Amino acid sequence: MINYWPLIGILLVVIGFALKFNPMLVVTVSAIATGLIAGMDPLEVIGTFGKAFNDNRIIAIVWIVLPVIGLLERFGLQQRAAAVIRSMKNATTGRLLILYLIYRQITAAIGLHSTAGHPQTVRPLVAPMALAAAEKQHGKLSEDEAETVKAYSAATDNVGLFFGEDIFFAIGSIVLIQQILATYGYNLAPLELALWAIPSAIAAFLIHSARLLMFDRKLGRREP
Amino acid sequence: MITLHWLYFVAGMMFAMFALLSALDRGNPKRFGNAAFWGLMALSLLGGDLIGDVGNGLLVLGLAGLAGFGFIGRSHPPTTGEEERARWSDRLGNRLFLPALIIPVTALVGTLLYNYTPLGEAGWIEPKRETYVFLGLGVLLALAAIFAWLRPPAIAPFQEGRRLIDAIGWAAVLPQMLASLGVLFAAAGVGDAIGSLTQMVIPEGSVFLTVAVFGLGMAVFTMVMGNAFAAFPVMAAAIGVPLLIQGYGGDPAVVGAIGMLAGFCGTLMTPMAANFNLVPAALLELKDQYGVIRAQVATALPLLVINILLIYWLAFR
Repeated sequence: MINYWPLIGILLVVIGFALKFNPMLVVTVSAIATGLIAGMDPLEVIGTFGKAFNDNRIIAIVWIVLPVIGLLERFGLQQRAAAVIRSMKNATTGRLLILYLIYRQITAAIGLHSTAGHPQTVRPLVAPMALAAAEKQHGKLSEDEAETVKAYSAATDNVGLFFGEDIFFAIGSIVLIQQILATYGYNLAPLELALWAIPSAIAAFLIHSARLLMFDRKLGRREP
Repeated sequence: MITLHWLYFVAGMMFAMFALLSALDRGNPKRFGNAAFWGLMALSLLGGDLIGDVGNGLLVLGLAGLAGFGFIGRSHPPTTGEEERARWSDRLGNRLFLPALIIPVTALVGTLLYNYTPLGEAGWIEPKRETYVFLGLGVLLALAAIFAWLRPPAIAPFQEGRRLIDAIGWAAVLPQMLASLGVLFAAAGVGDAIGSLTQMVIPEGSVFLTVAVFGLGMAVFTMVMGNAFAAFPVMAAAIGVPLLIQGYGGDPAVVGAIGMLAGFCGTLMTPMAANFNLVPAALLELKDQYGVIRAQVATALPLLVINILLIYWLAFR
């Protein structure tokens, strides 16, 4: 007979996130509760949690790139990226965001995922440029339209990041897949896993680009 | 032989420097919280094998307590201003991208050379870990190139790295915490419970429906947990490994890689993934805190269908 009580741990995670507690606390409380429900004694729970954390230290290794990225930002890497995007002509909101999607997918795929992001590029750069392109083409935007343009800017960053980063073989999620499958005796090279992220990356690009072009047309069709 | 422990040492020393600089940062009212948090990360990386399982467990409780009760905060280490950066950008031009490329190129070329030339036969590097070793080498080479070319102050890499890690904050540790939660879930039999629940809805013998339940399960469970990292170990234990790989002979690389991406479709649709969906809504001052999610759903759903089809087509060639 399967024991369904440990599913309470999942319930705790859902409630914890729904009530907006700090995720680090939510995860810890859920882990401890799950272990206790499963019949471990408290020290055993803490030991199991600690051992798992220690066994997964490889996930923390990716942060060693931060000093390099930080140094390059010091010398204007973000400003240079902005200049490259600004030099593009004939920009519409959709085309601009498609370009950013390409840029985001490619840089994430070669391990430069932390060179862009919502605070670093979307707020100061991508969203204002997407808004400017929309207003240049279609005149003043209503508040709702401006909201949608900004929301699409953030969405494009997420889609580009999620469906680009797994092509880079030294990213946390690839490491996790490798670690988990290794516990079942399947010893895969990271490169092998990264390769299979490419078809989904192409599909993500096609679907999201089509939506961005439709968004351009929708902005163009609206009543003046 | 170069093992992962060399990299743990490098990363541990980096976090130790972050901790030290945090403690000395009088401009940050939470400097000792930050110092303790990054200090614990340094201890984990440098001495995790020496302090025992319970010691590591207490270390994790310390990290969670410091983050959860608001003891860490964003710092503002010395760096260049907007105008100075714009001047550097104009002066250096697109050559500025080159040092950034050293890291991925070293990792990629190193991995390929090590695996496809006699270089690998010497056995200098822990098997299957060569990519990480070359990544670390790439970081050192990139730092050397930047210092030779631009001559920043010697402390700058640590201050700039600390600026970024403090901006990320506890979220930098969350993936490792979620992986550990997954291990505990597995030990407690959560995977078995989810597996038996999902197996109830899978018709026996249908590969396609099993793949569909695996993909949907990854997406839904990711939405619940807010992170595909936590969903993957559970869905792998419930369906991916026992049914798709062992039962129907699916390719483990395809099931693992594209299964994770099916989970990412779920990440696009959940407020639980706060960093990606709620934080930008706040940053962009949207009235609707779910505005970003609304903009993503119509990409995520068709993409989920395609990922399920891709697993079905590619894993069972």
